[in-house]
Amino acid sequence: MSSILLEMQGISKSFPGVKALSNVNLRVEDGEIHALVGENGAGKSTLMKVLSGDIPHGDYEGRVIYDGNECRFYGMKDSERVGIVTIHQELALVPTLSIAENMFLGNERGSYFAMDWDQTYRQAAKYLAVVGLDESPHTLVKDIGVGKQQLVEIAKALAKKVRLLILDEPTASLNANDSQKLLDLLVQFKKEGMTSIMISHKLTEISQISDHITVIRDGSTIETLTRNVDDFSEPRIIKGMVGREMTDRFPKRESHPSDIGLEVRNWTVYHPLYPGRKVCEDININVRKGEVVGISGLMGAGRTELAMSIFGRSYGARISGQLFLNGREVRLASVQDAIANKLAYVTEDRKGAGLLLASEIRENTTLANLPRISSRRGVLDKDREIQLAKVYTEMLSVKCSGIEQPVGNLSGGNQQKVLLAKWMFAEPEVLILDEPTRGIDVGAKYEIYTIINKLVADNKSVLMISSELPEILGMCDRIYVMSEGRIVGEFTRAEASQEVIMASILKSKAGAEPAAAVQGA
Amino acid sequence: MTGLKEILKRNTMLIVLIFVMILFEVLISNRSNGFSSLFKPTNITNLINQNGYVVILTCGMLLCILTGGNIDLSIGSIVALVGAIAGVLIVNWHLNIYLSILLCLGVGLLLGAWQAFWIAYVKIPPFIVTLSGMLAFRGFAWLILGGMTISSFPDEYSRYFNSYLPEPGNPGATYAVTIGVALVMCLLSIVAQVASRLKKIKKQYDVEPLWELLLRLVFGAFVILATGHLLGKDKGIPVILILLGVVVLVYWFFTNNTVPGRRLYAMGGNEKAARLSGVNTDRLMFFCYANMGFLSALAALICVARFDTANPSAGLNYELDAIGACFIGGASAYGGVGTIFGCIIGAVFMGVLNNGMSLLGMGADWQRTVKGLVLLAAVVFDVVSQTRKRAN
Repeated sequence: MSSILLEMQGISKSFPGVKALSNVNLRVEDGEIHALVGENGAGKSTLMKVLSGDIPHGDYEGRVIYDGNECRFYGMKDSERVGIVTIHQELALVPTLSIAENMFLGNERGSYFAMDWDQTYRQAAKYLAVVGLDESPHTLVKDIGVGKQQLVEIAKALAKKVRLLILDEPTASLNANDSQKLLDLLVQFKKEGMTSIMISHKLTEISQISDHITVIRDGSTIETLTRNVDDFSEPRIIKGMVGREMTDRFPKRESHPSDIGLEVRNWTVYHPLYPGRKVCEDININVRKGEVVGISGLMGAGRTELAMSIFGRSYGARISGQLFLNGREVRLASVQDAIANKLAYVTEDRKGAGLLLASEIRENTTLANLPRISSRRGVLDKDREIQLAKVYTEMLSVKCSGIEQPVGNLSGGNQQKVLLAKWMFAEPEVLILDEPTRGIDVGAKYEIYTIINKLVADNKSVLMISSELPEILGMCDRIYVMSEGRIVGEFTRAEASQEVIMASILKSKAGAEPAAAVQGA
Repeated sequence: MTGLKEILKRNTMLIVLIFVMILFEVLISNRSNGFSSLFKPTNITNLINQNGYVVILTCGMLLCILTGGNIDLSIGSIVALVGAIAGVLIVNWHLNIYLSILLCLGVGLLLGAWQAFWIAYVKIPPFIVTLSGMLAFRGFAWLILGGMTISSFPDEYSRYFNSYLPEPGNPGATYAVTIGVALVMCLLSIVAQVASRLKKIKKQYDVEPLWELLLRLVFGAFVILATGHLLGKDKGIPVILILLGVVVLVYWFFTNNTVPGRRLYAMGGNEKAARLSGVNTDRLMFFCYANMGFLSALAALICVARFDTANPSAGLNYELDAIGACFIGGASAYGGVGTIFGCIIGAVFMGVLNNGMSLLGMGADWQRTVKGLVLLAAVVFDVVSQTRKRAN
């Protein structure tokens, strides 16, 4: 039994409207690889933000004890000073700077007014050798692949004299070969005494290299598994991740699906920036009227990209395939076309791409269908706007002081309702809901589910993208599972369970990454 | 009284403007022992003539700024170039006046469209495109005029941009007509606002408190009647004031009551959200910059008439006046926020500042310094109050 390097005790953290963490405990031994697993939104990243000081001391409850001392971090700088370095899922490298410049960014060699370039490049070369990256430190970061960029991130962490390395989904964007290289590197560093905390969805990798696995669910620690003591098999880990009871979290609904409302055939989408990369490949799905169909999958599976490419080609390049609405083939060249053909896409990014936060509820509600409140010449009828905005605000029971309240002042749940109201105002027949309950509390979720049920009762088609398995299982009549740009499974409500869906995702991943799977077995 | 506080807050710039006017009035009459005044009839006429172009350019610039804090640097050069073309067409070639005016406006629209194409469809940053226009159009104006100026425009032309109604000659009649028009305008504005209120009450919509409406009506009537009174004692209604009124009303209506106007605000507020709501942001961007060219041409026609010359160095720094007026008038430097009336107040503010400092005998050195600092103060005020609002 080695000594404890890090102990986080009773960590709680709330964001407006949501409790992200409640009484989380985490113990990490010196010189181990500790895995942190949980569903999307379980609170893993928030916990790591507390540890790194990204959420400053005082903004959370509980204690962080590192190397025997209680810590008060007020920023990343503080935690890095004692050797805690985080590598984020989205790489934080500057593409137009060289590898060496990136490596010492914020940690420059030489004095403040005189950079020591010789030192910079010599030390960069040294760390590159340690991580086994065969590139010149003068190479610009934009000229190397994602796998190598990940290695540069690690070299950058090493340059900061790292003792505890936190990796958030380090292999999410890597291919099998690069992933294995990275895992080997972590094991090698472990032998040299470094401690790592790794957040990952790839359970094969986790059971392959980690010494302990801590499972987080709904903002609380569920259990910590120990190698050679507990069962490290995937079904066992999955059970910890998803095992929660589901009682009355979803309003009841009679399902009467009729004709097909939306159908997509042989749909392939390429990445807009990287010409060779397929984001969605040969997708075939359909949604009937009066039916809620879910698309399940991990982050980065290509679900949002699929939805946006269907919605008037608002994402992607070289889109091919056929799209049918009400059995009629349509070609939607723009968002305007999509709206005119009674298709709606409710974005997952409520604040960034959904609402005008500084504008009133009224203006947000009518934006997607201004012709409905204007004359044929395009002059707005403001009285009618007020009247209809009130109708929709009341219909979705948005809690507000009135339709002139700026949307930015509403709670997350009510913002989401305004976003739904906006798209219902556009009078669509088919709605694509992307993470419709992200970041809102349980009560508001129930209300959103009720609205969705009303929509399908009105014979609309609903395609729902969600990363929360219980939500998918509780709401959908039929479920597609998507992984790495492909549909890898389709289940009816009766067939589906959390284990089945997780297993089909993981099976597809194992298929794509034979090397990792073999060694993990 | 929270209502009153709210109103004061919403009209800060207007209140500052009134305060500055009173301050100038006191300083000026002290200095000249009551001989000179900001509110002297001739000075009011001057104010309108001197600042007409700023108001017109400000309307166009606001649209550009609304798209997302984008500005147009080329408008001063377009004013020079279109002015040069007007000089050649009207004075040198003796072309028909109406045809010349149409051609000039068309050229302005074309120049605007040229820049708008690169900005909206090739996604070149507006700053760079219009900087290029600023240099190139000015150069072109020099080329056309060969470095010379063209002067003596025919009366038939200046009648449309630089004369007064009614015809000068009878001071009594001038006063009667001017104050009469002011009264009619007053009445129209009161009837329109009361009618809109009654309609709202009938449909059971929320209405502002009665005293707020009354306050606005009384203030509006006072401004219109006072202006009418002062203009009537001078030369009557400047034709340019009518032109300004029409332009301001059209752009106010566009931004406030039309679908593309609403979409423009949405685009500036959150471009991604606007695009996902079916707003064709490229087309809007194109429209705003093409429109800016058109309004610059209109401003050029006014300037040519006022100075009676086409000069290759005309319109210098006009873009800065328009940009300054927008920001002082409360437009957000990030786009999506700002009203036509706010920006008009900004333009009047700049005009009063220029005029007042000139009357005080301050040199161009001090005038520029003060204007520069006022612009910064206005934007700092905007940004700070925004962040404080967000913090609450």
